[in-house]
Amino acid sequence: MSGEQNTPPGSTRRRAIEYFLGGGILATFASFLYPVLRYVVPPPVADLGVNEVVAGKVGDLKPNSGAIFRFGSSPGLLILTSDGTYQALSATCTHLGCTVQYRGDLRQVWCPCHNGIYGIDGRNISGPPPKPLTAYDVHLRGDEIVVTHKREA
Amino acid sequence: MIAAILRWLDERLHLDDLIAPFRHKTVPVHRLTYWYFFGGITLFLFGVQVITGILLLLYYNAGANEAFESVQYIMTKVRYGWLIRSIHSWSANLMILTAFAHMFSVLFLKAYRKPRELTWVSGMLLLFLVMGFGFSGYLLPWNTLAFFATKVGTAMVGQVPIVGQPMMIFLRGGPQVTGATLIRFFGFHVAVLPGLVVVLISIHLFLVQRLGMSVPPKIEAEWVENPSARREMKFFPNFLLREMMAWYVAIGVLGALAAIFPWNLGVKADPFGSAPAGIKPEWYFLFMYQTLKVIPSKVWFVDGEVLGIVGCGLAGLLWLLLPFFDSEPPSRPKRWITGLAIFALMYVAGMSAYGFLAK
Repeated sequence: MSGEQNTPPGSTRRRAIEYFLGGGILATFASFLYPVLRYVVPPPVADLGVNEVVAGKVGDLKPNSGAIFRFGSSPGLLILTSDGTYQALSATCTHLGCTVQYRGDLRQVWCPCHNGIYGIDGRNISGPPPKPLTAYDVHLRGDEIVVTHKREA
Repeated sequence: MIAAILRWLDERLHLDDLIAPFRHKTVPVHRLTYWYFFGGITLFLFGVQVITGILLLLYYNAGANEAFESVQYIMTKVRYGWLIRSIHSWSANLMILTAFAHMFSVLFLKAYRKPRELTWVSGMLLLFLVMGFGFSGYLLPWNTLAFFATKVGTAMVGQVPIVGQPMMIFLRGGPQVTGATLIRFFGFHVAVLPGLVVVLISIHLFLVQRLGMSVPPKIEAEWVENPSARREMKFFPNFLLREMMAWYVAIGVLGALAAIFPWNLGVKADPFGSAPAGIKPEWYFLFMYQTLKVIPSKVWFVDGEVLGIVGCGLAGLLWLLLPFFDSEPPSRPKRWITGLAIFALMYVAGMSAYGFLAK
């Protein structure tokens, strides 16, 4: 830094070499880092296209009870209400992602992690959940209970 | 900025005292100096193994039903997974190669003699451990070749008199090579061996640091005759920078090999399938494998297999303790040891080539 006039001849060349060397090393490290960064991010899960699952068979569930089923890569909750209708919801709590359960004694859906309560239709009633549970369509095909995503209106 | 942080640390921890020995360390400069690089390159490749190994652990799944599929997943689905695995495999092979080069160079340059006997012993133990890494890591993808190589390799351990059978059961986690073996080898490969290697590397480097670099007797004699020919360079930064250039070349070779010849995965192991024809171990075990093949099944009244395995074991032990058979400087190194070293190098190279070419 001191005395630009006193720079010995050749120091610009030296600096150029240093830039080339430093730049080359930086580029090398960047070329290591890029694949590693891409590598550590897991590839997307393939089974996102699931639109329809068989959640169970008629007669598996007693009235006023619920059961967890697999809907693609996430859990769903199938409820048979005491009046005999089926209801299917996403079982992932909208608060912090715990898996909810049906409580026959409350006739409500309950998340044990932070005491969140939802109605049978998925509406968030009390506790921390900020949003309702996604409701799915249920229909019967023979004795199979088929759950599908709700059609966008 | 960095200077300020260093100063802050130095004020508190007196790091300068720690670095001081490195500043004083010198490396002799002569026509054979380049052999001093191989230990450092081996260490560097070990570093590559640690990093790529940790990355592979992000997706690898040990277990007979998952291992092959998880490696397949790494190779086909994970971005750059093929590259990381290929680098891990290639770096492993290069590391064994450079470790052998390092060992033979130390042998021929007579660097193992007093006071460096323990450096040699720790280095030989590291070489055995590195081969253990190779053997255990080879099984982890759970493909047919690895499965049968492990079967044969552990069966060889079982041939050792008296302790062989219990050792084989210990290695296999049962009488047969199964998923239990895979879990064990995984544990050895990622926990037991790395721990041992880190301890031994620390000892090895401490000894190298403590004792300084050895000068080959011939060159030492030349220097004694002509003191003005004696040359050294500072380890830090002169030698280290040259070493780093060697590492840079190693990285280039590694990247090129991994990209041009990606390591293939083979076929998933079927414990009830029959062994494929032409099955051979990895190249660094070939010389032992071929030795066992050429020994007749009965030598006098001794079982050929047992003879070969016990012979290999004794040869390994002799190698480990080699410095204790040689004379102490300044007397001349023993001729027969040099002869034995040349014979060993030719034997390993020749048997490997024979094993490679043999049907």
